Amino acid sequence: MSTRRTPGSGAPPALLVPAGVGLLFLVLPLAGLLVRTPWATLPQRLGAPGVLPALRLSLFTATAATVVCMALGVPLAWLLARARFPGRRLVRALVTLPLVLPPVVGGVALLLVFGRRGLVGSWLDATFGVSLPFSTAGVVAAEAFVAMPFLILAVEGALRGADPRYEEAAATLGAGGWTVFRRVTLPMIRPGLTAGAVLCWARALGEFGATITFAGNFPGRTQTMPLAVYLAFESDPQAAIVLSLLLLTVSVLILTVLRGRWVGQP
Amino acid sequence: MSAELQSGEPAGAATALDAQLVVARNGFSLDLALSVGAGEVVALLGPNGAGKTTALRALAGLLPLTDGYIRLGGRLLDDPASGVWQPARRRAIGVVFQEYLLFGQLSALENVAFGPRCHGVGRAQARQRAQVWLDRVGLGGQAGARPHQLSGGQAQRVALARALAVEPGLLLLDEPLAALDARTRLEVRAELRRHLAGHCGATVLVTHDPLDAMVLADRIVIVEQGRAVQTGDAAAITRHPRTEYVARLVGLNLYRGRGSGHTVTLPDGVALSVADPVEGEAFVAFAPAAVALHRSRPDGSPRNTWPMTVDGVDRHGDHVRVQLRGGVAAGGLPAGLSGGLAADVTTAAAAELGLSPGQPLWAAVKATETRAYPATIQR
Amino acid sequence: MSRAICPQWTVCRSVVRAAALFAVLGLAMGGCAATKRPAEASATAATGTVTVFAASSLTEVFTQLGRDAEAVNPGLTVRFSFAGSSTLAQQINAGAPADVFASASPATMKQVTDAGGRAGSATVFARNHLVIAVPRGNPKRLAGLADLARPGVKVALCAEQVPCGAAAKTALTAAGVALTPVTLESDVRAALTKLRLGEVDAALVYRTDASAASGEVDAIEFAESAKAVNDYLVVALARAANPAGARVFVAYVRSDAARAVLARAGFQSP
Repeated sequence: MSTRRTPGSGAPPALLVPAGVGLLFLVLPLAGLLVRTPWATLPQRLGAPGVLPALRLSLFTATAATVVCMALGVPLAWLLARARFPGRRLVRALVTLPLVLPPVVGGVALLLVFGRRGLVGSWLDATFGVSLPFSTAGVVAAEAFVAMPFLILAVEGALRGADPRYEEAAATLGAGGWTVFRRVTLPMIRPGLTAGAVLCWARALGEFGATITFAGNFPGRTQTMPLAVYLAFESDPQAAIVLSLLLLTVSVLILTVLRGRWVGQP
Repeated sequence: MSAELQSGEPAGAATALDAQLVVARNGFSLDLALSVGAGEVVALLGPNGAGKTTALRALAGLLPLTDGYIRLGGRLLDDPASGVWQPARRRAIGVVFQEYLLFGQLSALENVAFGPRCHGVGRAQARQRAQVWLDRVGLGGQAGARPHQLSGGQAQRVALARALAVEPGLLLLDEPLAALDARTRLEVRAELRRHLAGHCGATVLVTHDPLDAMVLADRIVIVEQGRAVQTGDAAAITRHPRTEYVARLVGLNLYRGRGSGHTVTLPDGVALSVADPVEGEAFVAFAPAAVALHRSRPDGSPRNTWPMTVDGVDRHGDHVRVQLRGGVAAGGLPAGLSGGLAADVTTAAAAELGLSPGQPLWAAVKATETRAYPATIQR
Repeated sequence: MSRAICPQWTVCRSVVRAAALFAVLGLAMGGCAATKRPAEASATAATGTVTVFAASSLTEVFTQLGRDAEAVNPGLTVRFSFAGSSTLAQQINAGAPADVFASASPATMKQVTDAGGRAGSATVFARNHLVIAVPRGNPKRLAGLADLARPGVKVALCAEQVPCGAAAKTALTAAGVALTPVTLESDVRAALTKLRLGEVDAALVYRTDASAASGEVDAIEFAESAKAVNDYLVVALARAANPAGARVFVAYVRSDAARAVLARAGFQSP
């Protein structure tokens, strides 16, 4: 039999063609990266000083930023999805602001607030001697700032879609608010929460503008992979390609493993 | 409540429900007095939209009253007038929801252990107790199964076990058998009856299925449009329905008129001869099986004879039920019952009569087959 | 532009460029005939837009020079892109549309000339040396490079890849000071900004940068700066869209008038 025996009208060309173009558009730059990689000198370039520290720092700060985003973002998302209070729409708009803000602008804003002479930073410096700029904590703060809206939007969407009747059932069994949230709501929204966390992590890993503006650039402390790539590109494009490939590979590996374990079917 | 639960003694003993449920919202109002003794099962039976679920949610603490009160075991749960309000989690209740609402990420055992754990019972002890309850509902071997792996009947039993595991003073069931297929419903209904009999607290069951109500409940409250229109046990309701809805439920023809002695005059002027003497506003009820159909006006003893027109015919078990509509009195001829009539005939008789819509027939009912009773509202 | 017309043929490109040149010159001749010849010396009057990529330390002075050049050459518009020299070099090599490149070090200029990007030779037009920039009033009482290594002093440097950073490294090595900065910025202006915002206590920047921000910033000279003087080079680019305009601007930068402006800004003459 040469004819296809699947029901349905099949994929229309009007959709297939743009889809193909879109796929090419996304995949070609990655392919270009692979093609231009200096494979011969790859091992020694990977061993160059600064490469592994930058990678380690990137992975660490992205994960830390995601943890911060989840700790603060999930309650905020819950508030936006469930609580009724005046100005809720405004709060939601504000919360998504970092999404549309250019990252450098975010970095500048963070400096103005948490910098040594900033609104909050000056107090922090005077009281605790704690200074966020130029520190790894500053990198985490910058990454968390730009990545949190992703998590909040994903979790708020999941909460809105969650069936409130299960929470009612839990209440009739004697569960207080926190128990309901912990044992009923959170498990229910786990797929959305995981998807949001993955997006958040990916965004944090790739953050550049806010990081370099707020936390500066210093190897081992604040020089994340994107910063290392940027600086390497100016003097040694080959090194930049190697760094980019490394970051790409590690990210894809981690995301694939995560997807398999946590985002799959319960 | 939790102290009693922790000691393992049933908290339901000697608690009783006393409530006046008044809820007004969205153009709908509920005003229902409800009183349930310990160990008693009361069914709220009524058509959709009657307010039964509203009443249940108010009892569960998921919906505040606008007026009235709820008192359970002497403890005031809801009293708008004095500002008392206990949310659901502080009430000694257990609820079995229509869709069961078992927590998908927990096993059956963890679902049943959920309630006791919320009440402060330790993890191991709660799981033990849950296992006991699962054994009791016959699902001891399914303790580790997730809800999506259970069949409808099994899920219903887990839901019941979950509600009973907290040893509630008031057990609430919302259409407990509605989600089951007919076969499962038979088995589960019998089992449920057993469990409800064993429950020491009060039970309120909401259903639209009269068979559920009659099998499971000690007392039935008919709720229509937010009001209780009839209460009593199954026998009383079956014998003396007070509304069209109930009569249809129990399969009787019901009419309301003014009685004087052995005659009840209906609003459309038709006079019914009845066996029991009755005065004043009265109901008359008789079974469809008591109606005889004739092609022409019959001679004989039945005084209740009317010309009717066939409206519809359908199978009812092994006989045929004929729906008849009444005519309008014209030129001295007696008029048929304007409220319509249901008659049961054998299949053979139906074939003989050659029933077709619009066909004129005569219907006759013996007075001795009728029941007449006063229309006074009883509690 | 010629690349856009003939992507492949170098011959074609030469022809197009020649044609464009004749067209521009023709227009310019016509324009010059109509307007009064200016008193200032300029190679030939040119019109159109000239895109200049210049090191960020040249921001204020080149903006001024651009205005002057426009005044001297009516019809000429000068547009600038200021960034770290190495960033600009990379962009030019990747094909960015620039007519003129002014870099803050021979090394970064070499990146462009090695890739065959120049038309004509790159010439030094100014020199710059580093100073220690501190907030107005020198609150931490810093006197020299050695003070920068004091505990509790936060210093911003440029990254090594940038000329300012390379010079800083040379100077620090010459002074024998082991300094751990808090950040290595990608261009000198970013380092200066960190200082102006109060995030760092000192920054090693060019004298000209400190002068440009003289209201908020004090400059402290140090001896070792002489060991790491930066030569600024300028060149017209091979792939310029407006070669005549490029040549005019380069010539202007090397003129006496420009030299006076540069000197006022704090640059040294070559």
